[in-house]
Amino acid sequence: MPINYDDNIYEVTRDRERCIDCRVCERQCANLVHAYSSELGRMTSDSMSCVDCQRCVSLCPARALKIIKNPNVYRDNANWNDAAIKSVYKQAGSGGVLLSSMGTPEPYPVYWDRILVNASQVTNPSIDPLREPMETRVALGVKPQNAERNGRGELINTLRNPMVLSVPIMFSAMSYGSISYNAHKSLAAAAEKLGIFYNTGEGGLHKDFYRYGKNTIVQVASGRFGVFKEYLDAGAAIEIKMGQGAKPGIGGHLPGEKIVEDVSRTRMIPMGTDAISPAPHHDIYSIEDLRQLVFSLKEAVNYSKPVIVKIAAVHNVAAIASGIARSGADVIAIDGFRGGTGAAPTRIRDNVGIPIELALACVDERLRGEGIRNEVSLVVGGSIRNSADVVKAIALGADAVYVATGALLALGCHLCRSCHLGKCNWGIATQNPELVKRLNPEVGSERLVNLVTAWKHEIEEMMGGMGINSIEALKGNRLMLRGIGLNRKELDILGVKHAGE
Amino acid sequence: MKKIYVQEEWCLKCRLCEYICAYANSGFKDIAAALKDKPINTRITVEESGRISYAVSCRHCDEPSCVKSCISGALEKVDGVVKIDKDKCVGCFTCVLACPYGAIAAGEDGAAMKCELCVENSGGSPMCVKYCPNRAIILE
Repeated sequence: MPINYDDNIYEVTRDRERCIDCRVCERQCANLVHAYSSELGRMTSDSMSCVDCQRCVSLCPARALKIIKNPNVYRDNANWNDAAIKSVYKQAGSGGVLLSSMGTPEPYPVYWDRILVNASQVTNPSIDPLREPMETRVALGVKPQNAERNGRGELINTLRNPMVLSVPIMFSAMSYGSISYNAHKSLAAAAEKLGIFYNTGEGGLHKDFYRYGKNTIVQVASGRFGVFKEYLDAGAAIEIKMGQGAKPGIGGHLPGEKIVEDVSRTRMIPMGTDAISPAPHHDIYSIEDLRQLVFSLKEAVNYSKPVIVKIAAVHNVAAIASGIARSGADVIAIDGFRGGTGAAPTRIRDNVGIPIELALACVDERLRGEGIRNEVSLVVGGSIRNSADVVKAIALGADAVYVATGALLALGCHLCRSCHLGKCNWGIATQNPELVKRLNPEVGSERLVNLVTAWKHEIEEMMGGMGINSIEALKGNRLMLRGIGLNRKELDILGVKHAGE
Repeated sequence: MKKIYVQEEWCLKCRLCEYICAYANSGFKDIAAALKDKPINTRITVEESGRISYAVSCRHCDEPSCVKSCISGALEKVDGVVKIDKDKCVGCFTCVLACPYGAIAAGEDGAAMKCELCVENSGGSPMCVKYCPNRAIILE
C-alpha cells in the first residue's frame, strides 16, 4: 500500500459527557464522517473526510460537537507553509489541476475595510430614516443626458426599459445545476418579494421558475446552455457573461454527475454529460462582435429588455468597460477577484484578477472622463459582505451591487468551499435529492428577505447619518469616503482622500 | 385549536424531533442529563421507508378512538388536545391498540404516553415544531 500523504485539515471533537448518541450527526453527514459503532456502543467520527461544513455542529441537540483545526503540524515554515506542502502532495498523487470552490480565502487586502464613511455634524443635519422618507430605489439602464419636460412642465420619462430595484442589491448569477432547485427557488421567491432581481446563471431557467420572470435576469454565457426564445422572453433583463471574478479568462465545467434529469432538460444537454463552457464566446473577439451579440439579443426580444454585460475585474478593466459602454449594453456588471464559484482551478481563483473596489473606482472614473457614464449602469460584485460594503460601493460609483456568497450564507452555507464535490450538506450546491430537500425554499426565501431587509435598514441609517435621503445622491459621492491606512497610489485609484484630509 | 401537520416533502429523517420530544417531556433542564445513556421516551416517531419519511404523532382526532376505548377514563379531549391523566391510567394499553396511527405508546412509568402538544410540559408549545430544522413539522 502506498504511503498516505493525505492529512485531514479539520478534526471532529465530541464531548463524550454530552453526546447522547442520537445519531443526528450521522444521518446528516453526506461525507460519512460520523458512525455509530455497535461494538463500542457509542458514536465515532472519522475526521479524514470532514470538510468543516458545520452541519453536524448546527444540528447536534446536545451541543456535543466541535470542529477544530487538526493540531498535527509540519515544521514551521513561512515559505513552504502547510497549504503549499499539501498542494504538492495532492498533485504528486493525482496529477490533476487543483480545484476549489467559493471566493479566494487568501489574505489579499480588502479595500472596503480600509474605507470609512462620513456623517453629518452641526452644520448639515443628519436625517432619521424612521421618521423621514428615505429613497433606496434605483433604476438601472441608460440615463438621459438632459431632463425633458412637456408643455405643462412635467418631466418626460425617457428611460429605456429600466430595471427598477427597491434596494440597490441583486442576487448574482448562480446556475441551476451548480446550485439546487430549492436554492434557485429560494432566490427567485425572495427576489420577487423584495422587488429586486436574481440571476439564472448560465444553466437556463427551469420551467417552474418562469413565473418569477419579472424578477429574473436570464444569462447567456459561452456555453449557451438552455438559451432559446422563450428563455430570453421569460426574463426581465438579459446578461451576457464574458467573465467571472473567481476565474477570469477561463470557462466553466459542471461535472456530469450534476447533470441529472431536470438539469439536463433545463440546460438542453444529455443527462450525465459534462457541461463545458468555453473560455471565450466563440463569436466574440472584439467590441464590435460583442455589439453584434448585444443587438442580436435585443432584436430577439424586440428591444423590450435591457442587456447586461458581465466581466471579471482584470488589469485593464477600465478600457474594456469603456468599450462595453459603446457596445449598446445597458448595464456593465463587474465581478471582483474575491467573487465565488461552484468550482474553479485553485491557482486561477487565488491569483488572477483584481479587487472590485479598485476596478469599480477606475471604471467609474474612466466612463465619467469619457462623458459616457450615463450610457450605462454599473453593477459590482465579488464579495459584498454587508450593508457597509454596499454603501461604500455606491459612493465609489456603483449603481447597484451583486450579492451571491452572502445570499448562500443566508441559505445556510458555511463556506466549507467544497461545492465541487457535489455533496453539500446544506442542500445548496448539490443535485442529490436527499440533500436538496434539506433546503426548504419557504425557510430559505424568508431568510434572504430578512437579510436584504436588514441591509436596507442599515443603508438608510448610514445615508441618514450622512444627511442624504436618496441613494441617487450617494452615487459616486466619493467625498463621503476616506481611506485609512492606504498609500497615495491606492487613494489616487480609489479617488478618495485619506482620513484626516 | 391548532394541530401539528407534517410535510413529508421536507422531512430529513434526522429524527431530531424524537430526541427533542423525549427531552421536553423528561423534566430535566439539561438535554445530556435527560437523555444520555437512557431509554428515549418519545411521543413522536419518524416513519421511513426508502426515500419517504415523516414524523407521526397524535392527530388529536375529532372522534378519538383512544378516548372511546379507555376503560378508566384517563384519556379525555380538552380544548382540542387529547390528554392523558396518568393517575387514572391503569396501563391496560387498550388505547395503544385502538389508535389507528400508532401514536400512543407505553411509557416508562407504566402509564400510556402520547403527544399533548407540549401544553403540560416545560415547552409550552410543541417543541418538535420549534426545533424541526427544515420546517417539516408545522403547527397550524
